[in-house]
Amino acid sequence: MSTTTTTVRRPLGGPGRRRAGSLAWHLGALLVLAVVLYPVLWVIGASFKPSKDIINSLQLFPVHPILDNFKGLAKGIADIAIWTFFQNSLLYAVGAVVGILISCSLTAYAFARIRFAGRNLLFSLMIGTLLLPYHVLLIPQYVMFQKMQLINTYVPLLLGKYLATEAFFVFLMVQFMRSLPKELDEAARIDGCGHLRTYWSIVLPLCRPALITSAIFTFINAWNDFMGPLIYLNDPGKYTVSLGMMMFRDSDGVAANYGGMIAMSLVALLPVLLFFLAFQRYLIDGMATSGLKG
Amino acid sequence: MGTPVTLVKDSPLDTRKTRSAAPAALKRRGRRENLAGYLFMSPWIAGFVLLTAGPMVASLYFAFTDYNLFNTPKWVGLDNFTRMFDDPRWQKSVEVTAKYVVIGTPLKLLLALGVALLLAQSRRGQAFYRAAFYAPSLIGASVSVAFVWRSIFSDDAIVDRTMSVFGIHVGGWVGNPDWILYCLVALTVWQFGAPMVIFLAGLKQVPKELHEAAAMDGAGAFRRFWNITLPMISPVLFFNVLLETIHSFQIFASAYVVSNTYCGPADATLVYTCYLYQQGFKNAQMGYASAMAWMLLLAVALVTAVLFWSQKKWVHYEEDAR
Repeated sequence: MSTTTTTVRRPLGGPGRRRAGSLAWHLGALLVLAVVLYPVLWVIGASFKPSKDIINSLQLFPVHPILDNFKGLAKGIADIAIWTFFQNSLLYAVGAVVGILISCSLTAYAFARIRFAGRNLLFSLMIGTLLLPYHVLLIPQYVMFQKMQLINTYVPLLLGKYLATEAFFVFLMVQFMRSLPKELDEAARIDGCGHLRTYWSIVLPLCRPALITSAIFTFINAWNDFMGPLIYLNDPGKYTVSLGMMMFRDSDGVAANYGGMIAMSLVALLPVLLFFLAFQRYLIDGMATSGLKG
Repeated sequence: MGTPVTLVKDSPLDTRKTRSAAPAALKRRGRRENLAGYLFMSPWIAGFVLLTAGPMVASLYFAFTDYNLFNTPKWVGLDNFTRMFDDPRWQKSVEVTAKYVVIGTPLKLLLALGVALLLAQSRRGQAFYRAAFYAPSLIGASVSVAFVWRSIFSDDAIVDRTMSVFGIHVGGWVGNPDWILYCLVALTVWQFGAPMVIFLAGLKQVPKELHEAAAMDGAGAFRRFWNITLPMISPVLFFNVLLETIHSFQIFASAYVVSNTYCGPADATLVYTCYLYQQGFKNAQMGYASAMAWMLLLAVALVTAVLFWSQKKWVHYEEDAR
C-alpha cells in the first residue's frame, strides 16, 4: 500500500468534521453519565417525596418537595438519636485514619528507606496478605476478641488499623517513599539525623500526597464498613451509621418507613460525597497508581 | 561535618557480602540498621503475628474441628469438608457466587474499558467525566446505595416500568428469585469507575506514534485497538481482572442489604460469604465456617494461580517500560 493514499485517511478531517466528532463524543459521554448518576439523583429527589410516592412516582424530583422525612429523622429511631450513629461512625473513621497514618507510614519507611536483614522476605509476606481473603481470619479473630471480652467495643474494628494490617496503604506509601531521592537521607545522615528524625522531618512531609490519599480512603472505607460493625457490635447505642440504617427495615427487607430510610441514606452518603468532591484528584490519582479500591 | 559517613549499600545482599571484610564500625552500623528496621516495622510485625499468621493457623485448626465458640473444639478430621459436598445450601452458595463472578466481572471490565477508551480521547471536560464516573466506586460500597438499589429495582419502580415499555415484565427484581442476583450484578457493574481509572492510566502509556504508524499502513480503528492498544494495556488488564475477580468472590454487604438478612428469597443471593456468616455467626458453627473459609481461600488461590499462569500467553510486558 502506498503512503500517498493513506495520508488522506488520517483521522483529522476538516474543522466541521472535528466539531461534529466532538459533539458526538460529548453526547455519548453525557448519556453514559446520566445512567451512572441516576441513582444518586434519585435518592436526592426521593428524600423530598412523601413515603407513598418514593417507589411509584416517575418524577425524578418531586413537584411539591417536603421536609417531613428529615424532620422524622430528627426524632431518631427506636429511641436512639440519629446523631449517635454518626458520632460512632465518626469515632471509628477518625480512629482508623490516625491508626493507618501512624502504623503504615512507619512500616513503609522501614521497607523503603532502611536496609535491614530479612527485608525482602517480610516485604513479600506483606504483599501476600493483599491477596488473602479476609474471611479466613474472620472467625479466629472473632474467637480471639470474644475470649478477650472485647466484643461490642471498637477495639476489634480499630486494632488492625494501628498494627498496619491494611497492606494496600503500606504498599502505597512504600511506592511513594521509594520515589524520593536517596540523597535526602544521606544529607540528613550527614547532618546527624537518626532514622526517627529523618522519618518525621524529611520523609513524612514529602509524602503528603500519599498520606492524604490513604487518610481519605481509610475514612471512606471505615464509614462504609458493614461487615465489621455487623459482627462486632450488638448494642444499638454503639451502632455505626451502616448498622443504624438496617434498623429501618425488618428481616424481610421491607422498609417500615420508606421516607425515613431514604432520607437517612442521603444523610449517610453526604460525608462520603463531600470527601469525594473535595479530594477527588487525590483519590483518582492514588487509585490509578496503586489500584486501591474504594 | 563530623565523622566520615559510611553510605548504606544498595541492597541487603551487598551489605552481607562486604560484612566479613568490613571494619567494626560498619558492622555496628549494619546491626543498628537492623534494629532500626525492626523497630519501625514493629506495628506491622505485631499485626502480622496477632491478626494474620496466628488466626490463619487457628482457622486451619478449627476447620478440622466441631466448634461452637463455647465448647472446646472437638477434632473431627475431614468431616467439615465432606459435609460441604452434601450440603445443598453450600452448593447453592457456590453456584450463586460463581454466577455473580462470571457474569458481573467481565461486564464491569468491558464497561470500564469502553468508557476508558472514550475518555482517553483528549476533549474538554475530561477531568469532570473521569471524576463523575469514578464516584459510584466509592459510594457503591455503602449501605445507603444498597438501600437505593433495592428501591430502584422494586416492584413498579423505575427499572420495572422502563422494562415494561419493552414488553418485559419482571415485577420487582428484589422479590423475584430469578432476577434478584442480576440486581446485585448491576450494582457491581455500576461501580466500573475504579477499573476504568486504572485502564485510563494504562491507555496514557500507549505511544501515539504506534497508532499513527499503523494508520499510515491502513489499519482501521478496530485493528489498531486489537493489535496495538490491547497488547499494550494487557498488564493493566491483567491487574484489573485479578483484582476484580478476587473482590467479587468476597461480596457480602450488598447481598445482605439488597436481598434480605438471610440472603433470600429462596437463597437466590446466598453468596458464599453470606452463607459463611450464617453458619459462623448465626448458627455458631465455627468449625464448619472455618472449613468454608479455607475452601474460599483455595478457590481464590486457584483462580489467582490460573490467571498468573495464563498471563504468559496474553500479557505483554515492554522491556523498556519495566
